[in-house]
Amino acid sequence: MALLEVEGLVKHFVAGRSLFGRARAHVKAVDGVSFSLEAGKTLALVGESGCGKSTVSRLVLRLIEPDAGSLRFDGRDLLSLGADALRKFRREAQIIFQDPYASLNPRMTVAQVLTEPLALHDLVPPAQRRERVAELLRLVGLEPRLARRYPHEFSGGQRQRIAIARALAVEPKLIICDEPVSALDVSIRSQILNLLRELQDRLGLAYIFVSHDLAVVKHIADRVAVMNLGRIVEEAEADELFAGPRHPYSRALLSAIPLPQPRAKRARAVLQGEIPSALNPPAGCRFHTRCPFVIERCRTEVPELAVDGAGHATACHRVNELPPAEAILPAAAGFTPTLAKLVAAFSRKTEGAAPSGVGIQSARPTTT
Amino acid sequence: MSASPLIEISDLRIRFHGDDGRITHAVDSLDLSVANGATLGLVGESGCGKSVTSLAIMGLLPKQSAEISGAIRFDGLDLLKTPDQTLRDLRGNRLAMIFQEPMTSLNPSFTIGDQIIETILRHRGGARKSARERAIELLRRVHIPSPERRIDEYPHVLSGGMRQRVMIAMALACDPQLLIADEPTTALDVTLQAQILELMRELKAASGAAIILITHDLGVVAEVCDEVAVMYAGEIVERAPVDELFSAPQHPYTVGLLGSIPRLDHRAEQLATIEGMVPNMAQPPAGCRFAARCPFVLEACTKTPPPLMAVSPSHVSRCIRAPLELLVT
Repeated sequence: MALLEVEGLVKHFVAGRSLFGRARAHVKAVDGVSFSLEAGKTLALVGESGCGKSTVSRLVLRLIEPDAGSLRFDGRDLLSLGADALRKFRREAQIIFQDPYASLNPRMTVAQVLTEPLALHDLVPPAQRRERVAELLRLVGLEPRLARRYPHEFSGGQRQRIAIARALAVEPKLIICDEPVSALDVSIRSQILNLLRELQDRLGLAYIFVSHDLAVVKHIADRVAVMNLGRIVEEAEADELFAGPRHPYSRALLSAIPLPQPRAKRARAVLQGEIPSALNPPAGCRFHTRCPFVIERCRTEVPELAVDGAGHATACHRVNELPPAEAILPAAAGFTPTLAKLVAAFSRKTEGAAPSGVGIQSARPTTT
Repeated sequence: MSASPLIEISDLRIRFHGDDGRITHAVDSLDLSVANGATLGLVGESGCGKSVTSLAIMGLLPKQSAEISGAIRFDGLDLLKTPDQTLRDLRGNRLAMIFQEPMTSLNPSFTIGDQIIETILRHRGGARKSARERAIELLRRVHIPSPERRIDEYPHVLSGGMRQRVMIAMALACDPQLLIADEPTTALDVTLQAQILELMRELKAASGAAIILITHDLGVVAEVCDEVAVMYAGEIVERAPVDELFSAPQHPYTVGLLGSIPRLDHRAEQLATIEGMVPNMAQPPAGCRFAARCPFVLEACTKTPPPLMAVSPSHVSRCIRAPLELLVT
């Protein structure tokens, strides 16, 4: 049985009201989203700004209430939970946010940040909390002596480690990672991605990984759901999706990513036009305004998300008529032999060094 | 590079004097040159000095706190010794800049037309009517649909991608010889980023301007740049034509950067990480600034600062262990 089952999730936000308080306009942030997630696996939700991926992650935790649909976690119906039961559920599902500068209380020391969930859920007797905090810090690669410091004394990557430690404090089964590395520098990004994978292997965590960066998703996800304007347009195993994306939107996203490979020869499917507003999404297929393969049917009829035998689901009327995806896919030869050797030597040498990110630096203003 | 570069920076040093008397070394002994029509990528992580360098070229650093030495020669003129009045004539005219945040770099209380026309009138003069026509033409060049109508709209009506196009149109208003783009696509979605990068390539081909592109995204560099300079802790650590840098990097920091990015075209079980921290730039280390994080470090690295040395005629590296291939064969 799946750890999390989401069925027909809908969330419309009121965007404008009449003089008498009647809702006049709705943003259809999430409009019928279904997926399931196995324990210990990673599902990535991918799409552009405003596609509803973050709203889905908040709905799953019931941080906001859905208008329709069902949520089942570990066999329980989440939407019928009362306040107490909901608090218990929150022990099992946690979230890490994008901005580690905004998600930690600046007036609390790291020890206080990490003790709060332990006390709230009464998980560890007060006498042993200090030891548990030290253990959590070690788990995310920070030195226990840093527990007395305040968030402003840490760099972005270290703060994200603290946010991860806070999520792990309650020993959850599911962590929602909402763009956890988007605000970090490239070298720090790889440290956090490696940490998330290592923790998943060790603790059997399931992740919902919300991201707009397909290269990151390829590195971390088992399954990928591509969202466009509140709907899933394609869902498949990650290897499957990256080897053969079917929906024109997934293909466009994939081909838009610049490759760190000069002279890379590949056709591009650069989308023309703007992302339509979720306030007034196009009729029919919501991608039809930007789709290069649009036909009349797409403008009127909403395509169903149809699953094939291999579990690859696509919502496109023309899925069987589209040209093969090979042309837009990047050539596999990413590293030159010299670079591959150099990177291998670089990694080998640093492995024996101290655990990553344990130092501390004084907070300095950065220039970018 | 050609014989007479359009812009030539030599021995640029920038120090910031903090209120508490602390001195931060933001940029040290930086040498760079860009030829007409070439695109140079300036790459590095937060705080490495790449944006400060671009602000120094534009003469936008605060005079009270920033101490600048060296020379920035632009078309025979030393920008660091140029009076403010002349700089004001250059900026927006022959020197133009695009910033990362299209949301905050346009004035919300004027229409986009007003803002572009202001630039044209300030530098080119002439009648408002002809300036308006030129503004419409510019908006068309950056592919804004129905520019005749859009020109009278306020920035808040436009999406992020549209605003960045307006910024580019404004930067191009007086046909600049040098365009500095500071993370021009970082705040945009990938699909819009692809549009903007295509636009930049198109404009580069059409105008022949030199471009300095500041970014942390190595993918963007690979797509649009001819040459790349990698910065670390205020110094250029490696400079090379884009092909060479991506196929055979000669500085360990570049190797670490290239190994740490998740790539669509390469599957790695574990990404490379650069351990440790950026040095505190109030007291830069005595030797190589990357030594504390470098897996190839030698005793000598921590003693004296390494010079930029040529590995090949077009490829320089600030590493005494270069060429690095010799370490892995």
